[in-house]
Amino acid sequence: MTTTVERSAGSGQTQPAPRRRPKRSPLAKREDRAGWLFISPWVIGFVVFTAGPMIASLVLSFTDYQMIQAPHAVGLDNYRQLFDDPRVLKSLSNTFVYAAMFVPLGTIFALALAMMLQRVGKAGGFFRTAFYLPEMTPAVAAGAMFLLLLNGQQGLINKVLGWFGINGPNWTADPNWLKPSLAIVSLWTVGGTVIIYLAALNGVPKQLYEAAELDGAGPVTRFFRITVPMISGALFFTVITHTIAAMQMFDQAYTMFYGPQQKATASDESLVYMVYLFQNAFQFFKMGFASAMAWLLFVIIMLITFIQVRIGNRYVYYHGDR
Amino acid sequence: MKHLRLPVVLAAGALALTACAGVGKKDAGGGSSDQSSAGSTPTGTLKVMGFGGDDEVAQSRVTAFKTAFPGVTVQNNKGDFDAQQFLTAVSSGNPPDVVYMDRKLVGTYAAKGAIQPLDDCIKNNGIDTTQYREAAMNEVKLKDKTYGIPEFYGVSTNLISVPALKSAGVAVSDIQTADWDKLEQTVKKLYKAKNGRPARIGFDPKMPEFFPLWAMANGAELVKPGGAPNLNDPKAVEALQYTIKLINDQGGWANFKTFRDTFDLFGAKNQFTKDQLAAFPIENWYLNVLLDSRPNGLQLQSTPFTDRQGKPISMLGGSAWVVPKGAKNPNAACQWAKTMTSIATWHKAAEARMQTVAKDKTFFTGLFTGNKVADDEIKAQYLKPTGDAGFDAAIKNCYDVLETAKPLNPSPAGAEIDAAWQSAVAKALAGSATPQAALDQAQADAKAAYDKVSQG
Repeated sequence: MTTTVERSAGSGQTQPAPRRRPKRSPLAKREDRAGWLFISPWVIGFVVFTAGPMIASLVLSFTDYQMIQAPHAVGLDNYRQLFDDPRVLKSLSNTFVYAAMFVPLGTIFALALAMMLQRVGKAGGFFRTAFYLPEMTPAVAAGAMFLLLLNGQQGLINKVLGWFGINGPNWTADPNWLKPSLAIVSLWTVGGTVIIYLAALNGVPKQLYEAAELDGAGPVTRFFRITVPMISGALFFTVITHTIAAMQMFDQAYTMFYGPQQKATASDESLVYMVYLFQNAFQFFKMGFASAMAWLLFVIIMLITFIQVRIGNRYVYYHGDR
Repeated sequence: MKHLRLPVVLAAGALALTACAGVGKKDAGGGSSDQSSAGSTPTGTLKVMGFGGDDEVAQSRVTAFKTAFPGVTVQNNKGDFDAQQFLTAVSSGNPPDVVYMDRKLVGTYAAKGAIQPLDDCIKNNGIDTTQYREAAMNEVKLKDKTYGIPEFYGVSTNLISVPALKSAGVAVSDIQTADWDKLEQTVKKLYKAKNGRPARIGFDPKMPEFFPLWAMANGAELVKPGGAPNLNDPKAVEALQYTIKLINDQGGWANFKTFRDTFDLFGAKNQFTKDQLAAFPIENWYLNVLLDSRPNGLQLQSTPFTDRQGKPISMLGGSAWVVPKGAKNPNAACQWAKTMTSIATWHKAAEARMQTVAKDKTFFTGLFTGNKVADDEIKAQYLKPTGDAGFDAAIKNCYDVLETAKPLNPSPAGAEIDAAWQSAVAKALAGSATPQAALDQAQADAKAAYDKVSQG
């Protein structure tokens, strides 16, 4: 690209001419408009149903709001109370433990299913649908179903373990097994992740595997040296979304341990952060405090995501990177 | 594909943001405390919340209201009371007109200003509150104002599986709650294990939900008159220690609960017919459920749940009709509450129940309405010996305890007190805290909540 130079009047010096923004083609403009049109439902939904309530909750977090009378300002009291309430810390630590179990487990499980799906021939379409279907079932229904499956005495899971001589635990009653049982229940919803991984796996060039095979690389080496790096973008994305989902776990935990049929038998070991937030908002009428809890979670999630992105950028390979 | 990093971060941000999407709303404004005018006939739409109302007793009463007030269109949003649904409706200025809720919640919602006092409604519409049982009326009062019209009167008795007792050589009279040491010995005889896990529970103390009953049996009052919590009363701690000991004698909490979760409580083949349970205390409504099990070999017996002096006692359950702040049709709401709980309406409900009984070829197990006059008249008219000695004993025990059954005292911090003791009992059962420490913590939490509400 050549640069035009002009001589300034009376100066004898040359100066670069100001760059003109290249004129955008009609096609590019049409594409822009189409792009905005396509994402507009999400943008509108986000502004109306997320951003609005968020701003409201930020305001409410500085108030004492019991949902009946008007809120009144209390400054930072709710945020101070976050550190004084031992159940906030307890529920937060429960949530971290659950996330630390579910994120790797969910990633490995979904990747294993995706790799199996990749090897299925003509029936691939059926299995893709079958694996995705659980994503469509209500979390409450899944929670209720898993209460039966995970029953320590008559549940199917312990019966299967019994075939191998393993005396399964009391998944839903033993405080030590409540969080692992929640992580297992959450595996029910990895269908969406499976589809993402399947797309990523199908995008890995076959020549890489052929070349590696010629060089004598075995299946394990090929998996770790080719598959994982080539799908690392998808892995990175799903690890982030799984982490966020895990930090916001509510439905299954509430159904399994805090629903009306549970008759208040829930142990503090199953108290995840969002359940405690919900209790404060609608059981104890502390909507201001619950809003502060929500913003604390927001900050924590953003912090975790930031760290994940910083670390991820070192290891994630994107096609086209130089 | 490097350009994907930005969308990834944006998506992460958006997902994280949704954690903060709370409910925010201006004050709903002055709740209509519009008083029902005496003698005025209600019209318009009546929005009902929290009333499942699918059985013949409910349906016959709804029909009675519709017949009495054809100018009112009843919109019943069927389903149990949901605090989130209710509070958001009230705070958004779009509340239902009348709400059906557990009586133990009335104090809390009254203290928060979510529901209206009904004193004018009662006065203007000539509702005779003396017809309702005094204990039920006390539950719906706060600071000398009445916030609800009570209905139903849930009382408890011990139900016993005769075959289980026979197989263990235990007499029915041994299922008693006066002598706790003796009960523990009985439980050990009745309990059966298989592979180290329960195969039959001898006596289920029904924890955590029956903790207030055990505390009462031991002479503790978890909520003082006036509403202050008293959760770590030494007698309450002792009751909790004892019930945990009973559970530990039967496999420990995790095994016990896991096994109990397998009971098909509402099935024709239930824990009694499957020999999974020998005895437990339970509310009177369960007798009607058990009728379906008789063809499957149910042999029932019953003893009263007593305090340690041997006097029959019971906690009290039940619901109430309340009118939310800002209700748009309080006149119809008041007439609804009056009609649904009137003597005449309860008679219609009893007739409907008798028709069902005749159709199912079963028998009447009693109707515990919360309306004393209706109870007495219905009992006199319909209650006959059933031909099943066990059911007869159970029904008698329930009727016998009607006069002495007591609820927890109402409190403006009722919800917080409930949550505190439930959490404490769950902790103690799971072994993550001693009963004393758990109830001490519960008392501190409940006291803080009570103090805050009292100051407000």
